[in-house]
Amino acid sequence: MDFFRPDSLAEALAAKAEHADAVPIAGGTDVMVELNFDHRRPAALLDLGRIVELHEHGRQDGKVRIGAAVPYARIIDELGRELPGLAMAARTVGSPQIRNRGSVGGNLGAASPAGDSHPALLAANAEVEIASIRGTRMVPVKDFYTGVKRNVLAPDELITAVHIAPATGAQQFSKVGTRNAMVIAVCAFGLALHPDQKRVGTGLGSAAPTPRPATKAEEFIATELDWESPKPLADSVLRRFGALVAEAASPIDDVRGSAAYRRHALAVLARRTLGWAWSEHLGGGRRACA
Amino acid sequence: MSAPARSPQVLDDKISGGIGASPQRPDGTLKVRGEFAYASDLWHENMVWGATLRSPHPHAGIRSIGIAKALAYPGVHAVLTHADVPGENAYGLKHQDTPVLAEDRVRYQGEPVALVAADHPEIARQALKLIEVDYEVWEPVTDMERAAHDETLPRLHENGNVVRHQRIVKGDPDARADVVVSGVYELGMQDQAFLGPEAGLAVPAEDGGVDLYLATQWLHVDQKQTAHALGLPVEKVRLTLSGVGGAFGGREDLSMQVHSCMLALHLGRPVKMSYNREESFFGHVHRHPARMYYEHGATKDGDLVYVKARMYFDGGAYASKTPVVVGNGTTLSVGPYNVPNAHIEGWGVYSNNPTCGAMRGLGAVQPTYAYESQMDKLATALGMDPAELRIRNAMSEGSTTVTGQVVDFPAPVAELVRRVRDMPLPPPNTDELGFPGGAANTTHGEGVVRGIGYGVTIKNIAYAEGLDDYSTARVRLQVIGGEPTALVHTAAAEVGQGLVTVQQQIARSELGVERITLHTSDTSVGDAGSSSASRQTYLTGGAVRNACLAVAERVYALAAERFGVEATNLSGGKVVAADGAVVADLAELLGEDVIEETREYHHRKTYPLDPETGQGNAHVQYGFSAHRAVVDVDTELGLVKVVQLDCAQDVGKAINPDAVLGQIHGGSAQGLGLAVMEEIQVTDGVVRNPSFTDYLIPTILDMPPMRVDILERPDPHAPYGVRGVGEPPTISATPAVANAIRAATGLELPRVPIKPEHLTGT
Amino acid sequence: MRVNVTVNGKQRTADDVWPGESLLYVLRERLGLAGSKNACEQGECGSCTVYLDGVPACSCLVAAGQAEGGDVRTVEGLADGDRLDSVQQSFLDTGAVQCGFCTPGLLVAAHDLIERNPAPSDPQIREALAGNLCRCTGYEKIMDAVRLAVERKQATT
Ligand SMILES: Cc1cc2nc3c(=O)[nH]c(=O)nc-3n(C[C@H](O)[C@H](O)[C@H](O)COP(=O)(O)OP(=O)(O)OC[C@H]3O[C@@H](n4cnc5c(N)ncnc54)[C@H](O)[C@@H]3O)c2cc1C
Ligand code: FES
Ligand code: FES
Repeated sequence: MDFFRPDSLAEALAAKAEHADAVPIAGGTDVMVELNFDHRRPAALLDLGRIVELHEHGRQDGKVRIGAAVPYARIIDELGRELPGLAMAARTVGSPQIRNRGSVGGNLGAASPAGDSHPALLAANAEVEIASIRGTRMVPVKDFYTGVKRNVLAPDELITAVHIAPATGAQQFSKVGTRNAMVIAVCAFGLALHPDQKRVGTGLGSAAPTPRPATKAEEFIATELDWESPKPLADSVLRRFGALVAEAASPIDDVRGSAAYRRHALAVLARRTLGWAWSEHLGGGRRACA
Repeated sequence: MSAPARSPQVLDDKISGGIGASPQRPDGTLKVRGEFAYASDLWHENMVWGATLRSPHPHAGIRSIGIAKALAYPGVHAVLTHADVPGENAYGLKHQDTPVLAEDRVRYQGEPVALVAADHPEIARQALKLIEVDYEVWEPVTDMERAAHDETLPRLHENGNVVRHQRIVKGDPDARADVVVSGVYELGMQDQAFLGPEAGLAVPAEDGGVDLYLATQWLHVDQKQTAHALGLPVEKVRLTLSGVGGAFGGREDLSMQVHSCMLALHLGRPVKMSYNREESFFGHVHRHPARMYYEHGATKDGDLVYVKARMYFDGGAYASKTPVVVGNGTTLSVGPYNVPNAHIEGWGVYSNNPTCGAMRGLGAVQPTYAYESQMDKLATALGMDPAELRIRNAMSEGSTTVTGQVVDFPAPVAELVRRVRDMPLPPPNTDELGFPGGAANTTHGEGVVRGIGYGVTIKNIAYAEGLDDYSTARVRLQVIGGEPTALVHTAAAEVGQGLVTVQQQIARSELGVERITLHTSDTSVGDAGSSSASRQTYLTGGAVRNACLAVAERVYALAAERFGVEATNLSGGKVVAADGAVVADLAELLGEDVIEETREYHHRKTYPLDPETGQGNAHVQYGFSAHRAVVDVDTELGLVKVVQLDCAQDVGKAINPDAVLGQIHGGSAQGLGLAVMEEIQVTDGVVRNPSFTDYLIPTILDMPPMRVDILERPDPHAPYGVRGVGEPPTISATPAVANAIRAATGLELPRVPIKPEHLTGT
Repeated sequence: MRVNVTVNGKQRTADDVWPGESLLYVLRERLGLAGSKNACEQGECGSCTVYLDGVPACSCLVAAGQAEGGDVRTVEGLADGDRLDSVQQSFLDTGAVQCGFCTPGLLVAAHDLIERNPAPSDPQIREALAGNLCRCTGYEKIMDAVRLAVERKQATT
């Protein structure tokens, strides 16, 4: 096994182009588990640890650009106001130690349906910035996942950043696990109000082969919400929204939970998070991540 | 060859505090500095790494094993199979039914098939993959009830699939009652999940024997079994205890012991084996899953009239402790209650599921969950308060158990229940992390209902049913650097429980000497028995006391000889007469003399159960504890947060009150885990979650604050009046949490762990 | 490959490192620092927690090569010679150590918490230590230990 330690993005892209079978390693919180338990024996590791560009965040074209390797802990501490949904999701990832190293880029690279950043990224319409020596492209996050633990990356590409518009409305993230901390999602749900676009974004986790939005639920609720003169939502509307979110899922039975439970729980999470977000909207304020 | 680096290690001997105090642990400083050497930390010049090939199939024949490719892999030093087992290829705690390495068949997924020794763990891992085993895959036997009764199933062992069947009949087995409740209860398979992996370092010796440094619960039983499998006399297989990272029963059966010694003897080189977390799930036994059919009858006033129960325990592939689980399970089947009539039957069976054996609360965890569920059901049927029903039926000193044994020591069961019932209740939750779901933001209070539940248990302490249970201690008293110093040497395993502290405390109190040095536990002194069954403070504590008393007798004799005065006491470094007068300074009296005595402590005799009626004085002592759990349940999502978990336990005499608390806290956490999250999920004999990612144990956000009341009603038959402490809290916590969840939801919940699916009907 | 790291203030070098090896393995098996523990090697237990460039991380999930040139502080580097760090002393004084296998990781995590937050509430302590499993203590005395360490720190500042 080789170990590449590029000092710059250009070097990293060159290395990836030359060694398509080199596995990028950022926080290592997925890669190392696979190595320690002999689930993976790549020809080489490509350490992204010293590439400054991947560890920075800032503004670009009015959006927040988060370098692929920025750890969750910094997203929680530094971006909670602009990206409350993602920060809430980040806060539920693993443990403090995992959040100190694990990254959104790694979450996307692993593309596990259980990854917690996905529902928040979907709800917020994030875009993934992907680079290779051939150039850079932007992929809407909903088009990024192609199957269980698969994504659109070509063998010579790296994820360099995600771009997300700062929140204009309330955002929520909820995750069900069978322990009160440090647990992989049984299912998760992300929701973002976009008053500027008069729509609601959604994202489902651990509910299908890939993370996905609940499109019908989004369409339904867009017609129900009165953005001009907001009123409290009828329980029947919340329930219908929940039911449509559950319908968007195609979950499986596994060690973490049954398909039936996942559907049921998603309906509850959707109803609750929409209720919380809408009351925040009614209250006029926006709750930053705690 | 020499001892490995960092072993043995010297524990602190400059701490003070005798019986009843809570002195610091003598291994504490080493542990907080990161300098305490656990078995997995051992290292030896020239050592190689051992690894185990395990069966992927729960039930299969082995047609052939090809090792040539693995042996040819660079960096590999040895590949061994059953053909290389020097002695008898069989071991076991109760029945010698377990092969060291599989021969022509495997009976569970994870059964060891071959061994590799290599320069680096990675080389060993890759070499394992090159071993070619030709399996003929068979249908596994997986249902415990069918295994007990269905004669058409394949016989997994010569004598069939029933390891033990025990019946207990008391009073009128056909008694009738006003109010009858029944239920079928199930427990999933729990894992000990100790944090320190199974590990050992075997060092071949010049005399053709081997020295093994390891983590275990019982050195001598390992020594006996290992020597037998190696074909060596026991004295050539010397074991030394290394740092043990928790045990909870999971280290009572052999894991890497014979394997590492085989490789070391074969190569003439030290061999280290250390399991990773996944292998650990396959490398030790688990708690028996159980299915239990219960019927309770009571009068309208709430007096128990009878209990009928049929219980099945799945022992998996090999017997391990299954016979004891059936014995404990049936004899403790009605709980700490007065029950005049009973008909109980228990079966422990073989299957192709993972082997189950010792785990904290052995054989009592299963029935306690069932009968405590029944007690709540009965309370509901009677319209009675659940605590009141328990108090009304609570056994006490003088009660007769279901096996006809009269309890001749305090049994303050009613008081324990009263104490937890009367503790203050926690206020409603206000913290965002405090709701069910914790940090995951699933509720801000929606759907949350609070419930309160009780659990009470009785657990037999120490070995039972006629076993001669004992421990051995050697104590040497001499003056070192002008100070009288005692060296205490036992083979008892410190696994985290604080036995090293207790041994020092007892010696300090008995000998009136401050400085107590602990000899590393090894097999050069007599057997101490296992660090299990809540027995070490009782048995090894008793042995240390006996040895100290014998040493003291010799000091008194010396004083009598020298001064013609009869001394009766050693205290503060002085030899003291009955009237309190100082006879001599101990150091001066001893001078150059070295006084050494070795003593055993045996507990009172117990007797086997009558094979037909199950009657008999099977147990030497019982421990009792009661829990009250307060839970918040998100009834829509089926998530649970235990808000408060309070406990009252009678410990006879708290030799070390802080350590007692630590046992109650830790035991309660394991009981909570079983109630709401812990299960090794097995489908068709295959383990689906052998990792800490999916076998969940409670985190600090899952454990609530605890209030603990410690009662001290001395058992007149035990040294210092002690009563075993470690197990009861593990047992009563589970039903307390389950009953609290029932109280919150009104659901029947006949199985633990209780999952969100059970609470939401999905 | 060769890996150079500063560990507890000393420049260390490990040779012949297999690139798939973790920092934990290098510390334990190549540099003789077995204080960081190996209870799961899957990031779940926290017993391997070390400071890596000032940030607590599971050393089992750091590839050795990623630590090249880095600064590592392990449990062995908490005490100042014979003087225990106040977190270590508090764990001893409250009886928060049983088998002790979780202790090294918990000490680093608790040490970091108190450095960052001089007055943590109980829920904050729990959230900060949620990545450190302990199977023996039920966490009650660990909570006591951290509260005591906080108190002592406040008393001296
Ligand atoms: C104990 C534990 C708990 C966990 N809990 C959670 C949880 O609650 N929620 C959750 O979502 N996840 C969880 N995870 C998984 C993991 O932490 C996350 O997926 C994390 O986001 C991975 O980030 P990383 O930087 O560590 O990725 P790495 O492990 O470094 O990489 C992950 C994958 O992405 C690829 N990759 C990384 N960066 C790039 C890049 N820039 N371009 C292309 N490919 C790249 C890698 O090759 C690899 O395939 C947990 C893991 C552990 C060990
Ligand atoms: S060993 Fe690293 S987290 Fe468990
Ligand atoms: S003290 Fe044993 S795991 Fe914490």
